[in-house]
Amino acid sequence: MSTLFEKIGGEAAVNAAVDIFYRKVLSDDSISHFFETTDMAAQHAKQKAFLTMAFGGPNDYTGADMRKAHAPLVEKGLNESHFNAVAGHLQSTLEELNVPANLIAEVMAIAGSTKDDVLGK
Amino acid sequence: MAKITYGDHHLQAEDGESVLDALLRNKIDAPYSCKLGVCQTCIMQCTNGDLPAASQQELKPNLREQGYFLSCQCYADNNLEIKLPESEQLFVSAKLVEKESLSPTVVRLRLQTATPLYYHAGQFINVKRADGLVRSYSLASLPSEDNLLELHVKRMDNGDMSQWICKTFKVGDSIEIDGPVGDCFYSGAASEQPILLVGSGTGLAPLIGILRDALHNNHSGPIYLYHASFTEEELYLDKEIKALASNANNVHYKPVITKHMTENYVVSGRSCEVAIVDHPDLKEWQIYICGAPAIVKFMQQRAFLAGASMNNIHTDPFETKELRSEAR
Repeated sequence: MSTLFEKIGGEAAVNAAVDIFYRKVLSDDSISHFFETTDMAAQHAKQKAFLTMAFGGPNDYTGADMRKAHAPLVEKGLNESHFNAVAGHLQSTLEELNVPANLIAEVMAIAGSTKDDVLGK
Repeated sequence: MAKITYGDHHLQAEDGESVLDALLRNKIDAPYSCKLGVCQTCIMQCTNGDLPAASQQELKPNLREQGYFLSCQCYADNNLEIKLPESEQLFVSAKLVEKESLSPTVVRLRLQTATPLYYHAGQFINVKRADGLVRSYSLASLPSEDNLLELHVKRMDNGDMSQWICKTFKVGDSIEIDGPVGDCFYSGAASEQPILLVGSGTGLAPLIGILRDALHNNHSGPIYLYHASFTEEELYLDKEIKALASNANNVHYKPVITKHMTENYVVSGRSCEVAIVDHPDLKEWQIYICGAPAIVKFMQQRAFLAGASMNNIHTDPFETKELRSEAR
């Protein structure tokens, strides 16, 4: 029985998705300011780590890490509408890459499970 | 978990924690900058213990043999005794052989080392004055074609090093150098891939090196070079590049005069955007952007949004002392 990460295509799938996903997020004026940094390469690496986690891949994220990492953004007004916008970009990235619907649903469930930690609730 | 001995300090590196992070967690003031294994600021020397291979893979063989490693890339799986490097082992002496004024603010230096430096055009070296002042300068020369190391130094209004180089440093004098460092160089990717080179000021130095390296490797795809400058006279290699472009049918040189930027801030993006306006689809391109940090950051994002893969965007922001001193 292979894992979600294996079924979706492993690290190659993450590599295929990360540029598309990050480009969508940066092009969305309603959320792009949360992703503006001096170090785009580091930000890109963070998106890659996020996708690896959402794809069910090996990661060592904890809820506490998520909370701590997003706390400064929550202070700047990060709310549920922003979270949903990012989730929407994740979904459309996967659709663009022709990932089967049942796997997309699994990824979206993992991403959705981080919501309270990301929003500091 | 591994025990780390650093001078009088005995500390534990947790699983998944780099040696650098363990030092910093213990309030030890270890030097570092990028934490990505690129800048090599965090280089240290191991005097006892087995280093993980990943902590040494970016270093030159002679440094590896002497136990040098990058503390930010070192996830120790056994006990280590470490110390800061003795800088005289890293720095070598270089003699100034040629000095030429290229514009009112830019000089070209050509330096000779006793033993040839192994480097890629576009990487940078750290230059250390006798009193210990260190600055980084990019290599415009090509190791396969030039015997001397070529640097372009811009005289900054309050630049300790650049003022000294322009006024006092003379042919026959020696200076210490260390390096090369950096990953902004011609990667030998598919030779038919289009290449976009964008730079401001002396950001031209690494770009001209990369351009010549590409031609040396028989790169067949088109190569576009955009050099942005405040004034016409600061397009300091205009004639040389035009001559080079007329001898290679795939090289296209586009000088850009801009009044819309300052050294560190893009006031209006329009002038730097010329390259993107000319090339709105950068999918499958190799992109190199060097010079003022604000312009590099701006262009990096524009290139990415124009379809370039992050893996194909190579940057070298010239951080000034003023910028480095700010927290980030």
